[in-house]
Amino acid sequence: MYRYDQFDEAFVRERVAQFRGQVARRIDGALTEDEFKPLRLKNGVYLQLHAYMLRIAIPYGTLSSVQLRQLALIGERYDRGYGHFTTRQNLQFNWPKLRDIPDILDLLADVGMHCIQTSGNCIRNTTADHFSGAAADEVEDPRPTAELIRQWSTMHPEFDYLPRKFKIAVTGAARDRAAIRAHDIGIQVVRHPVSGEVGYRLFVGGGLGRTPMIGKLVRDFLPKAHLLAYLQSLMRVYNLEGRRDNKYKARVKILVHEIGIEEFRARVEAEFAALDPAAIAADPDEVARIEAYFAAPAFATFPADSQRVVADRARDAAFDRWVETNTFPHRQPGYAAVTVSLKPVGGVPGDATSDQMRAVADLADAHSFGEIRVSHHQNLILPHVRQDELHALWTGLVAAGLAEANAGLITDIIACPGLDYCALATARSIPIAQAISRRFGSAERQREIGELGIKISGCINACGHHHVGHIGILGLEKSGQESYQVTLGGDATENAAIGQLLGPGITAEEVPDAIERLVGVYLAHRHDGETFAEAVRRLGIEPFKAGFLAPQPAEAAHAAA
Amino acid sequence: MATTKQKILLPAILLANDLLDGDVVFWTERGWSIDPAEALVAGDEAAAIRLQEVAAAALARGTVVDAYLVDVTLRDDGLPVPNHFRERFKIAGPSIRQDLGKQAAFAHLRGRA
Amino acid sequence: MPLLDAHGYRADPWRRIAAGEPATGDAVLVALADLPAVIAGRSNAQRIGVEVANTVRLPDLSAFLGQLDLVAIAFPAFNDGRAFSLARQLREAGFKGAVRAVGPVIADQFTHLVACGFDEVEVPDAIAARQPEAQWRGALASYGATYQTGYGAGASILERRRALRAGQGAAS
Repeated sequence: MYRYDQFDEAFVRERVAQFRGQVARRIDGALTEDEFKPLRLKNGVYLQLHAYMLRIAIPYGTLSSVQLRQLALIGERYDRGYGHFTTRQNLQFNWPKLRDIPDILDLLADVGMHCIQTSGNCIRNTTADHFSGAAADEVEDPRPTAELIRQWSTMHPEFDYLPRKFKIAVTGAARDRAAIRAHDIGIQVVRHPVSGEVGYRLFVGGGLGRTPMIGKLVRDFLPKAHLLAYLQSLMRVYNLEGRRDNKYKARVKILVHEIGIEEFRARVEAEFAALDPAAIAADPDEVARIEAYFAAPAFATFPADSQRVVADRARDAAFDRWVETNTFPHRQPGYAAVTVSLKPVGGVPGDATSDQMRAVADLADAHSFGEIRVSHHQNLILPHVRQDELHALWTGLVAAGLAEANAGLITDIIACPGLDYCALATARSIPIAQAISRRFGSAERQREIGELGIKISGCINACGHHHVGHIGILGLEKSGQESYQVTLGGDATENAAIGQLLGPGITAEEVPDAIERLVGVYLAHRHDGETFAEAVRRLGIEPFKAGFLAPQPAEAAHAAA
Repeated sequence: MATTKQKILLPAILLANDLLDGDVVFWTERGWSIDPAEALVAGDEAAAIRLQEVAAAALARGTVVDAYLVDVTLRDDGLPVPNHFRERFKIAGPSIRQDLGKQAAFAHLRGRA
Repeated sequence: MPLLDAHGYRADPWRRIAAGEPATGDAVLVALADLPAVIAGRSNAQRIGVEVANTVRLPDLSAFLGQLDLVAIAFPAFNDGRAFSLARQLREAGFKGAVRAVGPVIADQFTHLVACGFDEVEVPDAIAARQPEAQWRGALASYGATYQTGYGAGASILERRRALRAGQGAAS
């Protein structure tokens, strides 16, 4: 894992002091609220419905046990004993006081963390595949690239007042677990088909929100040493040409859409041609310094499949189910990556108490080299677990209430905070997730349905990524009531697709039945071994639309009664 | 943000967030309060315009943020309840956590948001 | 409007020339449309500056850069960041004169402005009243170093790491 050196440490401490000064100047009137707001947003401070909210950056979703314990402490000392892990691999506290935030930032700096650029019209926290460094299928660990981008993009003098927010994601594998084509820039680490050189493929102009778009290929192969110069060129084109007349048209996806990807590419390449990449790039020694922090931990040599796990699974059905859903193949024989579900049936997706954070930190120390990841599915990951220790880990997770065996299943629901917390929301998200989760909560039912991703947003800004959910739910206001639109066929992976609307909005109470009907269409038509997403791709939207619009006889009778 | 140009829906109360704490506060006869039961209710347009002036002055002074008028219905016990569900949640707290927010502090908000 | 540079508030030697007004004086600041005529009629040693919107693009200015002592770029709002890139492009194109930000920028942006090539800012009276000189100097002092190489006068963090490695290499 990356650790701050003296320069990173000094930089972040200066930023804490700077924000402390900005709060003081807001209070004494040197800064107006209009001036202060972008400054506090760039430090992750939102004003939500009930209170301020503080969003803490977890760069590329990687955390140490020491950092997670510090988050637990902050949650207890300055918040209400819990935090919320987000779809951008960050952590939000819902109840901090503005007067305390400079002190919280100091506590974060103590463990090499910050809130810089977790909001505002700037380059946001860079995200990455949560299985980076563990997945068997990656060309290269994307995190050194993400860390290089984190440093380069931090308080960039030229790009701190962009037309709109700007999100970058990196994956090291062809199998996209970082939703790169739903980002302003998506970066895939690739091997050149001819030379074998490792470099980058770049997509631009993806994004959800009001006008969802899938990122378009802007550069098929970029040598690694050219990355920062290319990013500088692209950001400059966006900063100069991105629309500023309408915030709903200010993302780079609109610029790319309006001038076309060819013209956009030509402008970027023209800027790039005028720059000296070597003058902007990190030199090879600096790249090597960063890469060294992400070296594989001291793995031992084991057989590929642990006999102990086989025996433990045969003995314990609950453990067996959990291993089946919540472990992921590791590149190192005898190890597994583990998903720690933050989706207990009927719970709040992504929430974890301070006690749970400490439990995960302890389990990470015992079983995963002290390392934790945050996934964009709002779960935690223990990336490097010995298969022989899976049962011990699971036992610990059961005790902490974190052993739900549902990774990737229908109750592994992504949901933004919605109108229960968020000032921008138009409807609630969490109660919808809870109702669906309870409806499909039985272990057997979930397994029978198989892989199915439901994503819920409480407004058009789409923090819950509903457009790319296999089933997407969008909460809106209709005639003074909360109303929910349901979409089908979204996909956040390398098969990225925007979901299609199934019909008119429905009430919160109608949502679980509607999901039930969609699942029913799938179960009735699926081929052997075909997932929900695959069935939707094969069948098209129509049979699901018919199912969505037509209540089952039992429901109709119920409604008429 | 309400302006004098917009039609004012009545009766109305003035709410805001405290600059330092972020807590939702209500304009009362004695200044800002965290208790919605104490909110000064403007029953006519003249009183509502006075609340707008209070909001403008408070925003200019900078002690609160996001100050605006909210139209309410008076409950049988006199509690002003916003007509829009957004402000009902804003005042009560998260609907999924009854132990948090004003609903945890004030009995008059529990179970009726 | 008050003028400020890294040393604090100072008198503005530049005279703004309105459209149609004779461009007389030692240092005249004119609109882009008037610039060719003013350059053609320039008196000896007269300094000429141009004041532009942030929507002007480098090719519109390139032909004149060698004749100019000042480019003033408007900030319609402090959070409209286009001028940061335009200033950078002027510097990368080799412009050696002064670059000025005109409009409601705030002290908190001073480091970024300087790093992108601005020398001075001309701010509205209301901002100058709320943000005295000490706040602008304090803003400049609030960054020891930044990550981006080639922005600002000091060594970037990457360059400092390189120097540190070189020192360690020499010592070992």
